[in-house]
Amino acid sequence: MTLLRLRTLSKTFEREPVLDAVSLDVEEGSILCLLGPSGCGKTTLLRIIAGLEIPDTGTVYFDDRDMATVAPHLRNFGMMFQEFALFPHKNVLGNITFGLKMQKRPRREIRARAKEMLSLVGLEGYARRNVSELSGGERQRVALARTLAPNPRLVLLDEPLGALDKALRERLLLEMRDILKKVGVTTIFVTHDQTEAFAIADTVVVMDRGRIEQTDTPENLYAHPATASVALFLGFHNLVRGRIEAAGTMSTDLGILRLAEHGVPTGRDVMALIRPDGARIREASDQPDEGKTIISGVVKNCLFKGRNYHLELQTGTGQVLAFDISNESRPADPGQLIELILSPEAVVVMTDSLVEPFT
Amino acid sequence: MLIAGIPLGFLAVFYFYPLMKIFALSFMPEGTLSLVDLHGLVSTSYYLKTLWFTTWQAALSTILTLVVALPGAYVFARLRFPGKTLLQSLTAIPFVLPSVVVAAAFHALLGPNGVVNTWLMNGFGLETPPIQLNHTIWFILMAHVFYNYTVIIRIVGGAWSRMQSSLTEAANMLGASPWTAFRKVTLPLLFPSICAASLLVFIFCFSSFGVILILGGPRYATIEVEIYRQAVHIFNLPMAAALSLVQICFTFLFLWVYTWLQRRTTVALYPESRRITQKRPTTIRDRCILGANITIMALLLGTPLLALVIQSFTAGDGFSLVFYRALLENPSQSIFFIPPVQAIGYSIGFALIALILSLIIGLLAATFLSQEKSRAASLLDPLFMLPLATSAVTLGFGYIIALDKPPLNLRTSILLVPLAHTLVAYPFVVRSVLPALRSMPKSLRESAVLLGASPVQTWIHVVMPIIRRAIIVGAVFAFTISIGEFGATVFVARPQTPTIPLAIYRFLGQPGALNYGQAMAMSTLLMLVTAAGFLFLEKIRMSHEGEF
Repeated sequence: MTLLRLRTLSKTFEREPVLDAVSLDVEEGSILCLLGPSGCGKTTLLRIIAGLEIPDTGTVYFDDRDMATVAPHLRNFGMMFQEFALFPHKNVLGNITFGLKMQKRPRREIRARAKEMLSLVGLEGYARRNVSELSGGERQRVALARTLAPNPRLVLLDEPLGALDKALRERLLLEMRDILKKVGVTTIFVTHDQTEAFAIADTVVVMDRGRIEQTDTPENLYAHPATASVALFLGFHNLVRGRIEAAGTMSTDLGILRLAEHGVPTGRDVMALIRPDGARIREASDQPDEGKTIISGVVKNCLFKGRNYHLELQTGTGQVLAFDISNESRPADPGQLIELILSPEAVVVMTDSLVEPFT
Repeated sequence: MLIAGIPLGFLAVFYFYPLMKIFALSFMPEGTLSLVDLHGLVSTSYYLKTLWFTTWQAALSTILTLVVALPGAYVFARLRFPGKTLLQSLTAIPFVLPSVVVAAAFHALLGPNGVVNTWLMNGFGLETPPIQLNHTIWFILMAHVFYNYTVIIRIVGGAWSRMQSSLTEAANMLGASPWTAFRKVTLPLLFPSICAASLLVFIFCFSSFGVILILGGPRYATIEVEIYRQAVHIFNLPMAAALSLVQICFTFLFLWVYTWLQRRTTVALYPESRRITQKRPTTIRDRCILGANITIMALLLGTPLLALVIQSFTAGDGFSLVFYRALLENPSQSIFFIPPVQAIGYSIGFALIALILSLIIGLLAATFLSQEKSRAASLLDPLFMLPLATSAVTLGFGYIIALDKPPLNLRTSILLVPLAHTLVAYPFVVRSVLPALRSMPKSLRESAVLLGASPVQTWIHVVMPIIRRAIIVGAVFAFTISIGEFGATVFVARPQTPTIPLAIYRFLGQPGALNYGQAMAMSTLLMLVTAAGFLFLEKIRMSHEGEF
């Protein structure tokens, strides 16, 4: 069932458009992740859902009800902020019970619920601790417990791990996913970190410049970025422009590229990305094979990275492509002219890409 | 050590020696230890009444200031609007104005001959002024709110703007209405800074002198005013000394509590960049709050000063320069021996001497404090600041009982006034220069020395150019403080060499339109000088943030 329905939400801050006609459906019980670079509008979208910002146009429907007239404190949504926004004048218990007290629940129930929450996030015995005595990870857990305690119908998480260091982030990420799934609450999660998004989300929504670029499962998103900006954001920089041809190929400045299965009609101008891990250096012993895509160029750089070599290749058109080459092959020297063999799966046609100027 | 010697010697002679004399006079009025006067003082109902009045008027002033200024603190902390920085600077001007100017401004607005009464009398054909505030407590309270508005704005507003806006939003998301979130989250977090700001306002009102002397009339007296009356009018020096002792004890007690409180306010609020916590007033509620506050600021802070200027240019029914012209003359019935314009000359002269002395003493003290990392420096730092914690009236009184006979007879010396001003002003030089000196890398001075520069050359060619701006700030501070100083000057200035604030005080105390008008004209001039000095300092502070 669709719990949250966003329709053509737009917002402008000081004449800068931040959101541009965003529409989105969120299924009940799912974890949805808004992913994008900073300034893409993802936090604004989250704050509009929370009711902390008012959209210029568009509507938020929750449970088929227009939320425009519902004040944030009456929505019963939970929200976890960047840096957590724990109340410094209250201890752990005071923070966790704040929402329950606002709902005027009976004291016994509040105590029981707080205890339940503390054990859910693994902080038994921390009730009387001062917030300033907690480590970053403990603060994050208190913030999560505080958000979940009043039983919100929707949980909004704004970069909930952004304030923590990397090692801690990875551990807490899995822990948080487990907790959210155990509670079964519908969750919208905002992050600029794709590993976070992939690890936690059922559905990832990539945003750029106030628009939704692609909505997909993490696996599909990674395998088939729909637009150039999604590809670039996911770290794929080998982008080429070309035209789809009949025989399962694409003609580009680099030459004819063989393609795997794709659904794009013949004759369309599209962008494609070349996966960095889909190439190997052509050895002298290789058979001169008809069915292979071969690109040649001058080695700009070849760095040993342990598991592989990071190779930068300057092609005849001047474009620089980057590849991760298996460390089993012989390294190439800068300045050397080499040929790479691309597998058809390495070339991904981006279905939504209207051709934009890229270099 | 020689560097510290000069400021310490100055402090010993012109601060501790007079203070000692006050102690001696209150404990041993006849040369032997006698607690009769002190005991007599404490047991009289008059004394208790004075102390009680001092306390309750200060408390009431503080509460009123808090009520009026807290919404303003919200506006400056949370909203972004055009002209905000300018408005913030302007609201601070009352705080730096000399007390006589403030008193004159309230006379100009609401006094018997003030703008409002004149308009009402003309408009409704009344015979007597309808608003009778002169010599009432309301006049005093209004002036105190006027004075201290910016203290609340700066301290509470500062803490408020450093508070994460996500804290109240988190409360909202947990089901707290905006009002509940304010009560349960914002207010508790602001409480320490509200306490600190209130205490500071209370201290200022507790030692209020000029405002009460002029606006309160004979009916009201704080301890400070009573010291002045006992010393100058009744000439009961032991009584004045005993009162000074009480005043000193209270001020030190309050300031000690304040320092303690201030140390506590700097915790618990996670810093956040200003841009995020401040928003444009887009909601109707915020627009109303902004509009109401700007109106209050204009009415409370703007109209008295505007009235002052209007009155200084109004003679009879229209615009006139007669009062400004009269400042240049010396009519026979004048209460001075000299034309009033000479008071301006004396003021400027005194201020320049005080500026030079403050710079010498302040720079030496700051240099010493920045070089020594020893315990001596950490002990001397608060010692150098002590004059700030002592009311000008007690200092002035100390001067007249200590420095009028051998070994140090400066009673007739023209230097007595600038010396008193120096004592009040040099701590500001130290506070301006010390951070600049401390932030200067030691290696700069050391490389100059290794390149063959003598200590004096190093100072002139390396240190001075680098801290030049801080020195200018200290100098402007010293000048503006000296030119507006009233509490100490009223004791130590000789009748032939009055300063501008003294002249205003005397003009206000005399009947007649000409005297009144001249008070307005002089106050306007003094207001312009002080406001200009302050705005100059603000401009420097804004353009190079982080050094103060």
